[in-house]
Amino acid sequence: MSKLSIDELKAKAKELRTLIIDTTVWAGSGHYGGALSSADILTALYFRFLNIDPANPDWDDRDRFILSKGHSGIGFIPCLHLRGYFPVDELKNFNHFMSPFGMHPDCKKVKGCDASTGSLGHGLPMGVGMALGAKVLKKDFKTVVLLGDGECNEGSNYEAMMAASHYKLTNLIAIVDRNGFMIDGPTETVMGLEPFADKWEAFGWTVYECDGHNMQELCDTLDKAWANDTGKPVAIIAKTVKGKGVSFLEGDVRSHYGAFDSAQAEQAKQDIANM
Amino acid sequence: MAEKTITGTSWNVYDANTMSAREIYGRVMRELAKTNDKIVGVTADLEKSTNIGIFGKDFPDRMFNVGIAEQNLFGVAAGLAKVGLIPFASTFAVFAALRGAEQVRTDICYQNLPVKIIGTHGGISFGQAGSTHHCTEDIAIMKSFPNMTVIVPADGFETGKAVEACLDIPGPVYIRVGRGFEPPFHKDHNFDFEIGKGQLVKDGTDVTIITCGIGVLQSVNAAKELQEVDGISVRVINIHTIKPIDKEIILKAVKETRRIVTVEEHSIIGGLGDSVAAVIAESGKGCAFTKLGLNDEFAVVGYPEDLYAHYKLDSSGIADSIRAIMGKEFEADEDWSDEV
Repeated sequence: MSKLSIDELKAKAKELRTLIIDTTVWAGSGHYGGALSSADILTALYFRFLNIDPANPDWDDRDRFILSKGHSGIGFIPCLHLRGYFPVDELKNFNHFMSPFGMHPDCKKVKGCDASTGSLGHGLPMGVGMALGAKVLKKDFKTVVLLGDGECNEGSNYEAMMAASHYKLTNLIAIVDRNGFMIDGPTETVMGLEPFADKWEAFGWTVYECDGHNMQELCDTLDKAWANDTGKPVAIIAKTVKGKGVSFLEGDVRSHYGAFDSAQAEQAKQDIANM
Repeated sequence: MAEKTITGTSWNVYDANTMSAREIYGRVMRELAKTNDKIVGVTADLEKSTNIGIFGKDFPDRMFNVGIAEQNLFGVAAGLAKVGLIPFASTFAVFAALRGAEQVRTDICYQNLPVKIIGTHGGISFGQAGSTHHCTEDIAIMKSFPNMTVIVPADGFETGKAVEACLDIPGPVYIRVGRGFEPPFHKDHNFDFEIGKGQLVKDGTDVTIITCGIGVLQSVNAAKELQEVDGISVRVINIHTIKPIDKEIILKAVKETRRIVTVEEHSIIGGLGDSVAAVIAESGKGCAFTKLGLNDEFAVVGYPEDLYAHYKLDSSGIADSIRAIMGKEFEADEDWSDEV
């Protein structure tokens, strides 16, 4: 697949957002707030940056992606469908009996998923292992880990951050979806993360900050991360809006998890169309 | 002092009588790594204490020390396995089974990855360190994780065999060893070892001891004493694999001796004894039954040999318990008045 242009990526991100709404309806409920905040990041990765082959999901040399914020499976799994891993019909059973797709992605069942996640603070350590493994195997694939910001309360992330810089894992990219909310409220109210970029820097990472909804800026930042000549692992703090694209969800803590009635789903899709 | 070595076409631990299980594990891993380039090592600041450093010295590019960070240890091991490597992750049993338990369960077992976990200083083998460093819960925890195989070798020779055999298991394996001062049970490496298959180490007709780890040597010694002093014929089964458990050898012992005693360096809750009890209960057959181990308590401080004596896990303690169970008969009758 050729890499999509910025305009094509913007259109693809709208398609993904619309599918997140549909999938939430099919599933009955979902963590749509964090899925919508990640939608542009996922689109940029899957349609421009990750070197993958949906026809050969276990290809040894593929780039690896770990959705550490596993509750955004309702954004990630539709993205895998759009990228060609499985037909849309499979999404219609999301969350239901014997579906390969539950709230949190299971890599034994989801084609194209490189790691099972859901419990927070697990993605980055596994990403460190994959990046170290690439070195042992003398392969040049990248490992990309998408974290939630609230997730960065978990101590295991800091263990992994230390190890990543100690082992100079320039093949590892951490992206934080900095939407500013966790279940109980704003991150800075529940358990403050700031100065957040300083924390990553202090742990030996190269840190870039960008607007996680500005496709051009996002791609420029990912270009730098991919080319990484800093000798350190790269963290991207992508500033995002929880529920991005849906007027009645944006920036509202209640957008973390829930269900849509048919009117809300229509309104949401209309909002996305007008983005 | 000349370095102790392993020789042979595959490996051959000829001086294991003077080497601890930990030392042997590191050496066997090193030998296996020479022909298997997928083997990597991971530890959390216990390269020396767990002896995985023996491997790391020869394969520095395949050895990763993540520092004192056990959650990261098992997450990293999962990541290494996800890209096709076979990680041996080594730390104290207590940190593997407790500090890193969720990573072991969710990152390794849920994804069914071939991570081989070596938990050293298991049980009360580091007695003087106190309960923060004892681990009498690891068998219970590890065996409850789907996909996990749980092995408690009797000594260094058997540890070597287990380390080699675990490569044939496509999923995760937990191998629990002691601190390394335990006397060996086997005389040499010339014995069969099959994961999931118990070993009849001494035949007997009056009572059967089913045991693992340090319990094997102590039980055999107890059996000898009981034969000589009391004329009791004791069968001893080394059931090094706790999961999957060898039901056949257990039920044969139930049928033929009708008295079963389990001996383990572990809590009597959730360990080998409970696995054996479940096999017996599910069979619908009855027998007199006793579990020896730590009786739902944190162990006191002391050197291991004193603790083994205190908790009746040494040969004389085991012998005393056998004498007690000899007075208990299996009752096939319908009379429950003396039971409750």
